Amino acid sequence: MTDAVTTTSARPPRNQWWDVWDQFKTHKGAMFGTVVFFAVIALIVLGPYIWAVDAKYINIRARDQGMSLTYPLGTDQLGRDMLARVIAGGKTTLAVGLAAMALSMLLGTLVGVLSGFFKRADGALMRLTDLFLALPLLPLLLLMVMLFREPLVMNFGPEMGIFILIVVAIAVTSWMNTARIVRGEVLTIKEREFVLAARSIGTPSRRIITRHILPSVMSPIMVSATLGIANAVITESALSFLGLGFPPDFPTWGRLLQDGMPYINLHPERVLWPALVLSALVLSVNYIGDGLRDALDPRIRGR
Amino acid sequence: MADPVRKPLVEVDGLKMYFPITAGLFRRKVGDVKAVDDVSFTIYEGETLGLVGESGCGKSTCGRAVLRLYDPTAGSIRIDGTNIATMSQTMLRPMRPAMQMVFQDPQACLNARMTVASIISEPLDEHTKMSKAEKLARVYELMDAVGLNRDFANRYPHEFSGGQRQRIGIARALALNPKFIVCDEPIAALDVSIQAQVVNLLEDLQEKLGLTYLFISHDLSMVRHICDRVAVMYLGRIVEIAPRDTLYQAPLHPYTQALLSAVPEPDPDTETTRQRIILQGDVPSPSNPPKGCNFCTRCPKVMPICREIKPALVEVGPGHRAACHLLDNNTAATAGPTGGNEAPEHIQQGENA
Repeated sequence: MTDAVTTTSARPPRNQWWDVWDQFKTHKGAMFGTVVFFAVIALIVLGPYIWAVDAKYINIRARDQGMSLTYPLGTDQLGRDMLARVIAGGKTTLAVGLAAMALSMLLGTLVGVLSGFFKRADGALMRLTDLFLALPLLPLLLLMVMLFREPLVMNFGPEMGIFILIVVAIAVTSWMNTARIVRGEVLTIKEREFVLAARSIGTPSRRIITRHILPSVMSPIMVSATLGIANAVITESALSFLGLGFPPDFPTWGRLLQDGMPYINLHPERVLWPALVLSALVLSVNYIGDGLRDALDPRIRGR
Repeated sequence: MADPVRKPLVEVDGLKMYFPITAGLFRRKVGDVKAVDDVSFTIYEGETLGLVGESGCGKSTCGRAVLRLYDPTAGSIRIDGTNIATMSQTMLRPMRPAMQMVFQDPQACLNARMTVASIISEPLDEHTKMSKAEKLARVYELMDAVGLNRDFANRYPHEFSGGQRQRIGIARALALNPKFIVCDEPIAALDVSIQAQVVNLLEDLQEKLGLTYLFISHDLSMVRHICDRVAVMYLGRIVEIAPRDTLYQAPLHPYTQALLSAVPEPDPDTETTRQRIILQGDVPSPSNPPKGCNFCTRCPKVMPICREIKPALVEVGPGHRAACHLLDNNTAATAGPTGGNEAPEHIQQGENA
């Protein structure tokens, strides 16, 4: 008995992330979401090697085909292979969604934490947030595209240039809600006694933020982020639809949906497949976020 | 003060902590909450100064201002001879290890998302360049010192009882070998049985490590047990400060007398005959304190002068200072009987008032 106690007491504190992983594993939805998420990623990354068909190749004689062995998901109105288009579109959509979400979370969290933590910055930053909320989204996007499309395309090439433009445009117009939520949370947490305790230890403000404030505001950020991906994908498709995003022949899931919409009565599978993968992606990210939020809170952990 | 040989560690002089009251559209300042108003005291090395008073009298604010968790409005705070009252937080940071704080609510003062080991080693992360293994060794050493099982290092605060959590808080305060610890009602949130454990722990640590405490509490019997000297606060001011035995045996200020009369006696026979001084009315608002003595609105022995002039804190005995006009020389006629007053007389006056 005594020996057992001594051996356990010598056990060094293990990395907190192991606890998080242990808890995450117990969340069935989150594990399922992780599997689906990686399956979608595998489809996008490995797909082109397995299904080596050019997504932009137009074969007008094979247009409007149903599902068959030659065309597993059928073809569209120009005879392009739908499976290849879904795979190729996923690359863009996923990249835009994740990058725009990450950038928007970064902006929102930065503004939210700064305005919540530093009283002097609060007024100015919150008015800036209000300003962005008040801006009409579409005219702003139009203006951004007008002003920056050419220089970006010149510097980064047509695809990369548009990608940067769209990611920045989506992020800049979607960080405000996160900023407000984070600010509110920071305002309550910074008055808690453990922050005062950290101050009495002599922890400087920047480390109070990283050590105490940020982990505590993780859950609202996580929720915003999962919603943000869906939002980014939808905005991207809207932009492409308006002709402001990627070129029309460039497949994205949003673009595939827009293209398939007019034919939904005749060929519902043309909308169904991109919509299915898109929903699977967004849902899986949602569940991962849910599981992570629970796993990061030690009070819920182990229940 | 009492013994010139002892070295003062903390000297607080004329400390004022006002919180502005703002109103209106433009947040114009319309007044101040005088949470701490001109407080001076000295704490000598190795002793425990008790700070007592009722809720809202500025005890905690005073303790926090002494550690510069607030920026004081005026006054000086000398710790080991260095005035920290106006120092910038960056300049103050190297001095933080010498002064630490134990908080009232052990649940709120520990970050629920950190393990015990990371909570206790936070001060080490901030102020030392120890390796991981050294930090862990120090954390274990501290956990032993406060009586926590080493096996608890990986656990989270919500898995502990109140007393254990307070031990974690104490271990964190001890991590950097401080000289001076402000204990802000460390036992108020605990059960009576746990209170004794924690107080004994604080006493043991003081003996072993030569700590100096500022012990803020409203538990008068606990203060009597642990403190060497006691300061009584009322509405942001110190009304009386004296060595423990002097204060408890011969309180001079009417407020101290009333406060001490509220302490229950353990002996049932004495308890039945114990006579309380029951103060009438409420504490005035600290944003609008009375013009004269702060206590004049409730004092059973109030005199006209009390409503006009604030009494100064004057030395009335060895190490015993009190702020009351009854003790002034020119009112010696009333001061005489006050010194030796017995409780029954007070109660009569209190009831008449």
